[in-house]
Amino acid sequence: MKYTVRKFDAVIVGAGGAGLRAAIQLSEAGMKTAVLTKVFPTRSHTVAAQGGVAASLGNSDEDHWHWHMYDTVKGSDWLGDQDAIEFMVRNANECVIELEHYGMPFDRLDNGRIYQRPFGGHMSNFGEKPVRRSCAAADRTGHAMLHAMYQRNVKVNTQFFVEWQALDLIRDAEGEVLGVTAMDMETGEVVAFHAKATIFATGGAGRIYYSSTNAFINTGDGVGMAARAGIPLEDMEFWQFHPTGVAGAGVLITEGVRGEGGILRNSLGERFMERYAPNAKDLASRDIVSRAMVTEINEGRGCGPNKDFVLLDITHLDPETIMKRLPGIHEIAVQFAGVDCLKEPIPVVPTCHYQMGGIPTNYLGQVVVPQGDNHSTPVPGFFAAGECACASVHGANRLGTNSLLDLLVFGKSAGETAVNELKAGARTHKPLPAEAIERTLARLDRLNTQKDGADVHETRLAMQRTMQKHAGVFRFKDMLKEGVEKILAIEQDVGRTQINDKSMVFNTARIEALELDNLIEVAKATIVSANARTESRGAHVRDDAPNTTEHPNGRDDKNWHKHTLWYRENNRLDYKPVQMKPMTVDSIELKTRAY
Amino acid sequence: MDTERNARIGKLKWHCRRALLELDLVFQRFWAREQDAVDESSEAVLTRLLELEDHDLWALVSNKRTTDDVEFAAMIKRLQKI
Ligand SMILES: Cc1cc2nc3c(=O)[nH]c(=O)nc-3n(C[C@H](O)[C@H](O)[C@H](O)COP(=O)(O)OP(=O)(O)OC[C@H]3O[C@@H](n4cnc5c(N)ncnc54)[C@H](O)[C@@H]3O)c2cc1C
Repeated sequence: MKYTVRKFDAVIVGAGGAGLRAAIQLSEAGMKTAVLTKVFPTRSHTVAAQGGVAASLGNSDEDHWHWHMYDTVKGSDWLGDQDAIEFMVRNANECVIELEHYGMPFDRLDNGRIYQRPFGGHMSNFGEKPVRRSCAAADRTGHAMLHAMYQRNVKVNTQFFVEWQALDLIRDAEGEVLGVTAMDMETGEVVAFHAKATIFATGGAGRIYYSSTNAFINTGDGVGMAARAGIPLEDMEFWQFHPTGVAGAGVLITEGVRGEGGILRNSLGERFMERYAPNAKDLASRDIVSRAMVTEINEGRGCGPNKDFVLLDITHLDPETIMKRLPGIHEIAVQFAGVDCLKEPIPVVPTCHYQMGGIPTNYLGQVVVPQGDNHSTPVPGFFAAGECACASVHGANRLGTNSLLDLLVFGKSAGETAVNELKAGARTHKPLPAEAIERTLARLDRLNTQKDGADVHETRLAMQRTMQKHAGVFRFKDMLKEGVEKILAIEQDVGRTQINDKSMVFNTARIEALELDNLIEVAKATIVSANARTESRGAHVRDDAPNTTEHPNGRDDKNWHKHTLWYRENNRLDYKPVQMKPMTVDSIELKTRAY
Repeated sequence: MDTERNARIGKLKWHCRRALLELDLVFQRFWAREQDAVDESSEAVLTRLLELEDHDLWALVSNKRTTDDVEFAAMIKRLQKI
């Protein structure tokens, strides 16, 4: 198989919020910048974000970045790096105002300032009371954000390669990153994008789970490519779940449904939340509700032929209230659960929503790996931002509206650092190592010639079901151990997937097989890391690490206050300390996380 | 399937990869059910429809909004079939 080479100063993989923000920085500085994306930029998953972006502008309530920092550290269950967190919250206002200048139509107050709304976990005065910190553009925040940044990129001549699938990272023998290999979906042509700086902004990998709120495109390509190139993955055991996704579909049913009086029931018709949270009942926090649902299912009180979901009942509510206060729910129930929710309850399960871990970076957006005594040595030429990266600001649990902020701040910072390195002449077009490109071609060749292989859809489904059952929202020691074995067995099938259609033009079967190569890396990293971490922290909750006086919430700081690093080679695990020292302020010391 | 049609359908299918899970699921169902029923005129309507922004498309599929475009309306009906 042949390939051609194209040279750029910088190549960015991903045109969601993080990729577009990084590209602005590079193109504005006059760097020849290519952005590769599987779908048209404004169809990236960032479009789905509705809640808003956090910034302590203080337009609606008094606010301060230090309070935002405290909330983020606490939300992360003290696993977030405090230097990166301080950097993010201090740059929030500037990034939001810049976005406004790019033309983002934020909702406004009468005085013309950006309107702000409250969001879970965001508080004033170090956890005292809720604060209005989220900036939104009606219910289309992510969409408006992408449009504004895409237009800006067009203006500054960013070169877009739309419907191109990046396949592998190109790294030379010294470990330097020199670009990526990619395939043009329209022709099947393979190109080596040779760059002085390579930025990954490929988004999350929520599709490793059977039930996920993520669109199909979220297959963790950047994370998989990094792992194959020998880069460790950080804190992959931490995934945020939403308690109420439609069973079998994943589509999110908003918390508002329980707010309006919706009740969760098991197969016996019991309102089981009364047993788990006698006061808050169905309105208890996300993790408590999710755990209760899983316990009901595991103890045999799930519903349906496989007893694998519970029911969200709103049949007792006034139909007019439902249609007025919960617009869209009726249609979602009809379309994805096949039920008329005015007459029948909706089947729901805890559903994967957000990936906290990813490619390890520092606050400059540089990808960092352990080397000698330094556990965070930058990989020359390699940067990452957004959901695929782990800066780490979300630690063990992300606060809502902090991820849009993450992609703005670290997208910009990755772009900025790359510009500085390029301007300083620190990066050149080093010769491309032929072996690195051969590896991509060999992978494509294997897929094209595989006989008696495994079916892509079946293999992906087996992986998703295994992850859901063995490494879901509530984790069990024996299940995790068994799950590791199962995922490693499924990996063997991923290595022998077969496609029957060998055509070159928009061959979706081939694209999906290549995506599965990335998903399996994410799945392995997740379950191996989760199996090893024998405490509960943030979104990682294990039955054998319960709440005790010695270990409140099951958290074991003495042994586990550290970041996981998973290496693809032999599934090796390593750990590195959490950065407790912020940039300028005092450290926010370890405390039990309680709301 | 002839190669040209194969390529056109492949492209359409890829354009059905959307930013919203809701739409991914609707299109997944559609292709599983109607792949063979997508003739050239359906292809043309789909091509136009897929140009819409995701939120606008979902507003049509979920009956939050209606359209005066008769071809769109007919295609939306097909997409809504469960
Ligand atoms: C339903 C939902 C609602 C949410 N609401 C909010 C909210 O209100 N506030 C908030 O802060 N967060 C929210 N989030 C989270 C937030 O939307 C995401 O974390 C964020 O948008 C991710 O942005 P990104 O730029 O990292 O990636 P994405 O927007 O996912 O973009 C990834 C890009 O990478 C490209 N790509 C991937 N692989 C390849 C490849 N191999 N080759 C070429 N290109 C590739 C894709 O084409 C795409 O352009 C929500 C998430 C969901 C699922």
